[in-house]
Amino acid sequence: MYKSLLCLRYLRTRYIALASIISMTLGVATMIVVNSVMDGFSTDMRDRLRGILADVIVETNSLDGEPNTQDLKDRIQRAVGNDIEGMTATVEIYAMLSVQYGSQWQSKPVTLIGIDPATKATVGPLSKYLVNTSEASIPDWELSPTAMAYRKEWTTRAQWMVDRWNHNPPPMEEEVTLVEKPDSAEPLAPPKFDSEPASESPFDSKPLVAEDTESLSNPFDKELKASVFDKFDKAEKRDPGSPLKGRVYIGYGLVSFPYEDPDTGETKMFQIVKPGDDVKISTVTAGRPPEPVHFNATVIDLFKSEMSEHDSSLVFCNLEYLQEMRNMIDPESDERSITSIQIKLKNPEDAAMVVSKLEEALPAGQRFRVRTWEDKQGPLLAAVEVESAILNVLLFLIIAVAGFGILAIFFMITLEKTRDIGILKALGASSNGIMSIFLSYGLALGLVGSGVGVIVGLLFVKYINQIEKFITFITGRKVFDQRIYYFPEIATHVEPMMVFWVAFGAMVIAVLASILPARKAARFHPVESLRYE
Amino acid sequence: MTETISMPQPQLAAIAVEKAYRKDKHKIPVLHGIDVEVNKGEFLSIVGQSGSGKSTLMHLFGLLDTPDVGEIYLEGQQIDDLPEHARDQIRNHVFGFIFQFYHLLPELNLLENVLSPLMIRYSTWEYWKKRKQFKQDALEIIEKVGLSHRIKHRPSELSGGEMQRAAIARALIAKPQILLADEPTGNLDSSTGKEIMDLLTNLNEQEQLTIIMVTHDNLIAAQAHRTVRLREGQIEVLGKSKIASVPA
Ligand SMILES: Nc1ncnc2c1ncn2[C@@H]1O[C@H](COP(=O)(O)OP(=O)(O)O)[C@@H](O)[C@H]1O
Ligand SMILES: [Mg+2]
Repeated sequence: MYKSLLCLRYLRTRYIALASIISMTLGVATMIVVNSVMDGFSTDMRDRLRGILADVIVETNSLDGEPNTQDLKDRIQRAVGNDIEGMTATVEIYAMLSVQYGSQWQSKPVTLIGIDPATKATVGPLSKYLVNTSEASIPDWELSPTAMAYRKEWTTRAQWMVDRWNHNPPPMEEEVTLVEKPDSAEPLAPPKFDSEPASESPFDSKPLVAEDTESLSNPFDKELKASVFDKFDKAEKRDPGSPLKGRVYIGYGLVSFPYEDPDTGETKMFQIVKPGDDVKISTVTAGRPPEPVHFNATVIDLFKSEMSEHDSSLVFCNLEYLQEMRNMIDPESDERSITSIQIKLKNPEDAAMVVSKLEEALPAGQRFRVRTWEDKQGPLLAAVEVESAILNVLLFLIIAVAGFGILAIFFMITLEKTRDIGILKALGASSNGIMSIFLSYGLALGLVGSGVGVIVGLLFVKYINQIEKFITFITGRKVFDQRIYYFPEIATHVEPMMVFWVAFGAMVIAVLASILPARKAARFHPVESLRYE
Repeated sequence: MTETISMPQPQLAAIAVEKAYRKDKHKIPVLHGIDVEVNKGEFLSIVGQSGSGKSTLMHLFGLLDTPDVGEIYLEGQQIDDLPEHARDQIRNHVFGFIFQFYHLLPELNLLENVLSPLMIRYSTWEYWKKRKQFKQDALEIIEKVGLSHRIKHRPSELSGGEMQRAAIARALIAKPQILLADEPTGNLDSSTGKEIMDLLTNLNEQEQLTIIMVTHDNLIAAQAHRTVRLREGQIEVLGKSKIASVPA
């Protein structure tokens, strides 16, 4: 009884001891903040990476892609079908995005991903990141009514301008058409000639029917038209207000940039492209050697994952059109090539196991590469992990230093309490009883220290963005710059077990630090203690 | 030992006790061959110069220290060689201590100080169950020493006389058989000292409490039944016992 009473009284009357645990409190708080922020970064990053890149990706080594899509899918199904929740075939290729702003063209390198939104939705929550698409709906390649109206408005105006200057096709379209015609016609030449003998047989055998005259007279022209020029013809013929055949979701970071409002001093985003606008994309065709290819595409929606790396590098395009433009469609079998298959797993933790199974099932190292999303961003996540490990060690050393502080203060307190220890012994207290006073005192200090630390840490984590704003306001410098840190806000994730272990570790250190002084106190000889004045 | 059977047994006895302190290699002999005994209900005072070993003897009686040679008997039982746990128990149950410098615990108020021997005796749970009874007892004893108006005060807020009376209350709460008082008036002015002495003699007379009191003041010592003098580590018997025999 006297133990807890005295322990409490010492706690209340000796604030200097509380000072000794301030470094412990700070250590605990910092550890919680650091771990939460690091963890939040990794967790958020993982979520977003998964949303965009899926859990496991099977990629072809060549940019030409794999024509036998169904076979590849079957093999994947056979190997790991039970673990798969969804998969989607994509074409991934480097490209150049050109956007007109005012009278000036801006070009940026991008990763162009041809997707099928319906199957893509089974792999990752793409619609979640599309600005003008509701999260629940499956995104498609249609313009929203507002975007449609906007498009009508600007195309009409452009048409009016064109008419007014009596200048037939708008200069931008003409330029493209001119460049594209000869370029894209070139690689197509061989298949065209190859197919000629096939078409020759009916040619030879038959006396011609009247309706066929046209095709007979110029089969060359018809082939060419069907394969390449068709789209341009159509584009020219279609209603200028309706979207082009190429449709894209563009990363928000590619078409917007921050600027400082001169009046308020606030940083705002300036957007140069809206859904309904057209952009130009240049990439290469499949085949040897790759040839450049250009096409125009209508922006259907903007894509904003809040991960600046993706937002400023990804362009999603309708898969069929991209395959068409890249000559990935076999003219005979109509087989369409793809370059990668994104797979979503039922349990993302199985990724490593699925990868090894897939590597076995697919001709390893030759045509395919199997990777997890983690591999793709592995170095970054690994760096974060190493960093947080180092920080944890350093911060735990701070707590250990706090432990020595407690040790020193406790020695002082036991010295100060020598006489009282003698009194207690004279009154019949046992050595163990005396020891437990100081041990529980240490434990109580540890509890207070780590408890306050936990509270401070959690509050800091909760209000970290407000704190960041405040510091930014005071110092006038952005502490957490989105361009460096991927996310617009500091992401945090509090792992309860982490909090528990940090608090527990701090308490263990406090108790360990009080063992030595407590034992010393217990061994005081009562007579000598009583003489102590 | 045959004597102790035939004669009325002394309640507490020191037999041929020797004690020396060791300072580095030097041996400082303090007590050489002390025989003192006290009967139940007796008020014994021990006088001697400062440094003559009075406190040392008290500590030996109270089991706060062990004699180098010789034995301490309580009711005919040797107690100086008991294991530590048993010695702690005897200190708590049998002896009440009063010190020259009061030795109250500064963090506790008067009431808590008085209750501290009971807090030490009982576990938290047992103490909690009986706390009302204990508080009742403590208040009674505090009233007896005349400090009822001071129960919430800390020792630092009390005068010397009040502190000593609080210490007496603390010594009494555990219902000890023997009160060991080491210069209880040593730090007090004469009138306050007289109050304390009145309190002690009252306790001895009314409750038959055995008291061993150490003092260097012959006048104070004279209020006891019997006085022994310590000189050069040995006992010099002075006065005869004022009471012929132990009231049984
Ligand atoms: N712990 C100790 N170490 C060495 N000498 C001591 C110690 N305690 C007491 N002494 C010596 O023993 C002698 C007796 O002390 P004490 O019993 O306190 O005398 P008194 O109470 O009669 O004044 C003194 O000379 C003192 O210096
Ligand atoms: Mg003394």
